Amino acid sequence: MTPLLDVQSLGKSYGGRIGCADVSLRLYPGEVLGIVGESGSGKSTLLNCLAGHLPPDTGRVIFDTRAEGPRDVLTMSEPERRMLGRTDWAFVHQNPRDGLRMRISAGGNVGERLMAVGARHYGEIRAQATDWLARVEIAEARIDDRPSAFSGGMQQRLQIARNLVTGPRLVFMDEPTGGLDVSVQARLLDLIRGLVRRMGLSAIVVTHDLAVVRLLADRLMVMKDGHVIETGLTDQVLDDPQAPYTQLLVSSVLQV
Amino acid sequence: MRDTDYNFAYLDEQTKRMIRRAILKGVAVPGYQVPFASREMPMPYGWGTGGVQVTAACLTPEDTLKVIDQGADDTTNAVSIRKFFEKTAEIAVTERTAEATIIQTRHRIPETPLTEAQILVYQVPMPEPLRFLEPSEVETRKMHALQDYGLMHVKLYEDIARHGEIATAYSYPVMVEDRYVMSPSPIPKFDNPRLVSAALQLFGAGREQRIYAVPPHTRVVSLDFEDHPFDPSKAPHPCALCGAEDSYLDEVITDDRGSRMFVCSDTDYCAGRRGEAA
Repeated sequence: MTPLLDVQSLGKSYGGRIGCADVSLRLYPGEVLGIVGESGSGKSTLLNCLAGHLPPDTGRVIFDTRAEGPRDVLTMSEPERRMLGRTDWAFVHQNPRDGLRMRISAGGNVGERLMAVGARHYGEIRAQATDWLARVEIAEARIDDRPSAFSGGMQQRLQIARNLVTGPRLVFMDEPTGGLDVSVQARLLDLIRGLVRRMGLSAIVVTHDLAVVRLLADRLMVMKDGHVIETGLTDQVLDDPQAPYTQLLVSSVLQV
Repeated sequence: MRDTDYNFAYLDEQTKRMIRRAILKGVAVPGYQVPFASREMPMPYGWGTGGVQVTAACLTPEDTLKVIDQGADDTTNAVSIRKFFEKTAEIAVTERTAEATIIQTRHRIPETPLTEAQILVYQVPMPEPLRFLEPSEVETRKMHALQDYGLMHVKLYEDIARHGEIATAYSYPVMVEDRYVMSPSPIPKFDNPRLVSAALQLFGAGREQRIYAVPPHTRVVSLDFEDHPFDPSKAPHPCALCGAEDSYLDEVITDDRGSRMFVCSDTDYCAGRRGEAA
């Protein structure tokens, strides 16, 4: 089977400091990969390099495109990469304010990706926006409200709807549940899990919350100081950690 | 030797050459905003410094100039710019659209159809149609370069969602030659169909330092949705003075008891029709 995303020895340094170094990974269709590690371990650098937000220094990121098969994303032209970024890819930011247009209504936020790929029929755009708001459990009556009138959890769900409306195949998530209280977090995780399973999405989820990866991820990658120190099935890594740092990480989780 | 102390049309020759180069580039790439080194002019920003510089660069001693502001020849802005060029270039001026070779305008296109022998110069306050959606100039230039215009429709979507129709009534965005989205300067959307013209149309933004152009007979299409097509609307009245039903109207409040009248915003067009009628 062709991997959906094939990353080969990716590296990014900020001057003399290492962002991430020599990261290789393969993501297969329908799979969810979790990346965990403490703050400053290079998780977000890695994710931003993969999603094309940051230019990496070394390595290749090969994506299995719909039209032309596997292609190196880093050598694509800017219009192609932008097109990919709004059709087959999605990026869910930790802070919904980064991923939403706060001065535009919820419907407009969801419709933006559709209009960016050429939808020019108001009625159809609105129908799709309504449908997606329902899927992320936002009442239809709120379609013309601005995201600034939404609660944090609703904003995050709106951001997810806005990203998934074009039916992407690969979703990057950067701490999707960060900053939300536990009960809202649980509902959001449930929602994401349902959507990922139903749509057959592949996803890369970056988080420092081990409970999140336990619920969402099939496989797990542990990072420290820019390097990958352990990979494996999620349950295997969490239940039987091999690397000393992973052992420390797993044992640091607070028990209720 | 003329008896004025100014160089012809105020600007020095090197500056006019620089502006002409920007204009030529603008004509070569219709709808593209060409940066230029806008000069300080002896009038405040917002009074047409960009338009004045473009006009100065285009003027020849044989030209006849007409200046309008909101369609009218006799408003402060129009009068002062006309005087400015009478003094610094000693050219002929007129209020008749048909007699002018260069027309500088603020916020209107004259009702009388223009010819290939004429140039229409717009004063533009905000050349960037995407500005209120995307504050970063770096990003908007990238969007133009990549023809990444989905955001423009988001604005129209918001209009319909909020008002039930596309409520943008002026500065209505257009697509030029299927390539660049352009702001037609704050002309009413009623004038948008007349952007397809026989005359050369030049747009000058002094404060923002941009020049762009629509060459004669260029395809200019107003953006819209399939189920909400573009509608060049106007007040549903005839002109109270000349009776014209096809011209853009100004609403004039005539007393403090709610009386009002609708008159042509293009004063030359209205006067011409009344001359004909009399």
